[in-house]
Amino acid sequence: MKRRDFFKSAAVVGIASIFKPETLAASKSASTVSVQTTTDMVAVMGGEPEIMLIKAMKELGGISKYVKKGHKVVIKPNIGWDKKPEMAANTNPDLVGALTKLCKSAGASEVLVFDHTCQDWQKCYANSGIKNAVEKAGGKMIPGNDESYYKEVEIPLGINLKKTKIHKAILDCDVWFNIPVLKHHGGAKNSISMKNLMGIVWDRKFFHSNDLHQCIADSATMYKKPALNIVDAYRIMKSNGPQGKSQADAVLLKSLIISPDYVAADTAAMKMFSQVQPTDINDVRYIAMAEKLKVGTQHIEKLNVKKIKL
Amino acid sequence: MKHLKKIRVALAILFFIPIFLYLIDFTGKLPVQMHALLKLQWIPALLSLNMIIITVLVITSLLFGRIYCSTICPLGIFQDIAARKSRFFSKKKKKFRYKYKKPQSILRYSILALTVLIFLIGSSFLVVQLDPYSIFGRIVSQLLLPLALFANNGIAAIFSNMGNYSVFKVEQLTFVPVAFGITLFFFVLISVMSWFRGRLYCNTVCPVGTSLGLLSKLSVFRISISESSCNQCGTCEKSCKSQCIDSKKMTVDHSRCVSCYNCLTVCKKSSIIYQFGYKKQKIEASQNPSNSNRRTFLLTTGAVISTIALANAKKLTGNKTDATLTRTPIMPPGAGSIEHFNKKCTGCQLCVDKCPMQVLQPAALQYGISGIMQPHLNFSTHIFCSYDCNICSTVCPTGALKEMPIEEKKLVQIGIAKFRKDKCIVAVDETDCGACSEHCPTQAVHMVPYKNGLTIPEVIENLCIGCGGCESICPARPFVAIYVEGNKTQALAIKPIEAEKFNKKIDDFGF
Repeated sequence: MKRRDFFKSAAVVGIASIFKPETLAASKSASTVSVQTTTDMVAVMGGEPEIMLIKAMKELGGISKYVKKGHKVVIKPNIGWDKKPEMAANTNPDLVGALTKLCKSAGASEVLVFDHTCQDWQKCYANSGIKNAVEKAGGKMIPGNDESYYKEVEIPLGINLKKTKIHKAILDCDVWFNIPVLKHHGGAKNSISMKNLMGIVWDRKFFHSNDLHQCIADSATMYKKPALNIVDAYRIMKSNGPQGKSQADAVLLKSLIISPDYVAADTAAMKMFSQVQPTDINDVRYIAMAEKLKVGTQHIEKLNVKKIKL
Repeated sequence: MKHLKKIRVALAILFFIPIFLYLIDFTGKLPVQMHALLKLQWIPALLSLNMIIITVLVITSLLFGRIYCSTICPLGIFQDIAARKSRFFSKKKKKFRYKYKKPQSILRYSILALTVLIFLIGSSFLVVQLDPYSIFGRIVSQLLLPLALFANNGIAAIFSNMGNYSVFKVEQLTFVPVAFGITLFFFVLISVMSWFRGRLYCNTVCPVGTSLGLLSKLSVFRISISESSCNQCGTCEKSCKSQCIDSKKMTVDHSRCVSCYNCLTVCKKSSIIYQFGYKKQKIEASQNPSNSNRRTFLLTTGAVISTIALANAKKLTGNKTDATLTRTPIMPPGAGSIEHFNKKCTGCQLCVDKCPMQVLQPAALQYGISGIMQPHLNFSTHIFCSYDCNICSTVCPTGALKEMPIEEKKLVQIGIAKFRKDKCIVAVDETDCGACSEHCPTQAVHMVPYKNGLTIPEVIENLCIGCGGCESICPARPFVAIYVEGNKTQALAIKPIEAEKFNKKIDDFGF
């Protein structure tokens, strides 16, 4: 190695080491929105998406508890597939639109919505109905289709997943909402709030080749957690997930489950799902793995759960 | 009479600008219907046997001469632009710099004959390489589009760093050396020829130009020189980019005249007339033997290129993920059989440019020598054939891809997925994966119980359409555990069976 090269690389390393902890710490402090709530989980049934969301948010202390004036907000729905809303392959567009509207009304300076889609992202955004709903509510759709939008983040608590590239919008925002749809999934068995995190990472192949379940659980330990997991069960996909073959795979449940706790939200959602398609929650291995990593609790009976029927 | 040139220029702009914009549009914002413009092209119309357009083109040629060459053909306009540009670089910036030259008749007729002959034998090799519209399509796709994308991505990078996502990055098309090399060769050849000698390419190499030249020898309206008023000033000759006016002899070689009407505009004596042409005609001057140097040059270059291509055949057949994987190329949906597709496709790259998934790319030697440039599917991460898309068969101007409604396309089997258990993550690492099944739109690839509560993929072949979703996402390395074997003749897959409907009413939260 030439001396010049040595200095060069030393300088690069030096600069990198200066930046990392600082930026991490900075974003960490930004993300610690106080989520101290007496209600640990709200479940609503029997209404249209927007009405259910408004009721549930009231129960959780109102949107202004999570979104402050001037906040940059990110909403991460599941928009993985180029499918119509009736297929339940993506999060319900009305629900995403309603959440965007709430965030705007709380004074958010911007509401960004994205997903790292599995199919052509522009078609997914458009045909899911989410683009239209978000833009109508004053939010902005941003792309997640290119590696340059992602930045590497350490996952110190991860077992298989030690670091991964996360979308910069998530890392740079003041608060974000995880808003998945409840559906069957061929690989991970079920896709709910933790599985939805695969849409904020760039390299998903790593997940699949390094024990999918463990990587999903690991990703839930990432420092920047969503303020809330809003599980859309208005229409669920009971079979042939995650894409679904036809509308026969979708079941109208008109429900909504919200919790800041990933594990609790997924556990509750699994129990609801099992009424339609009996599934052993232990087969959805990432839920127990995440509990082991202290991401949250499966014992929802110990939590303060509000159930609302409309 | 003097308005004719203006009309010609206006028409040329009217055709060229939309065609160019449509070909280079990577945003998908221009309406798909604009592909109708390309169906007017001569070779695509011939290949798709579009009788209406063929009739219209033949009649216009018989009436007015080679209007196609000077208005509709984008490569023709491209040459006009190159020739015009050259003016700014020449020292005198003179407008009139051409001189009458004799036609390269042996060369042009033998190229035409060879093209037709080889086509009749069953290979489209020369049609693909020489169709002027397709050459232009490739110049855009292989040379200009990458530049446009590069610029776009630069802007996108700057914007996204400032937190603005209004311009987004678009992936570059896969670089295929053979396709790029051939396109560059033609780009340079045609640019140089037109730079110095106007429409030399059209009148020497282009088989479309030569065949329309034969037609326009019979055209009703044509340019001629009025011997009574002409003072042989030679202005018309100097302005003729086809170099087909001999002002000394006061003759016009109609086989080479592209009906640009420049001469009409420049003649101060109004001696150039455009009129009903079945009158006395001077027989063309002697036909000199063609320039053998150039011919040798062209032939040698061709030979050299094909030798290089052959020698590198193995290297150039795309990025295979498995050394043991030799497969039938996968044709775009609607191609029918490989014979039909290879014969009809001119490799214009329109489907390649328009494919939103960027799964289409020009073939190197996957289809053999005569299929160089014709599109085939090449899967890689997140790059596969989208289930709800039929844009390639919609835009195809030559009929190589049969246009069909989306519901029909969803059943067209372009290939069949092959599963190799010994390479699968589930079998090797004994962990869950299922990425392939996740991406399978028909669930031909589905998960079946394996052991320890794990599930492993299984393929139902007659349900598979060969979209490559599974192959594109398979994380097994170094070799993928599932890949698509192309169909030599595309078949119809069976319709996926719908899941049982769930009709019970759920009233309880379940927890």
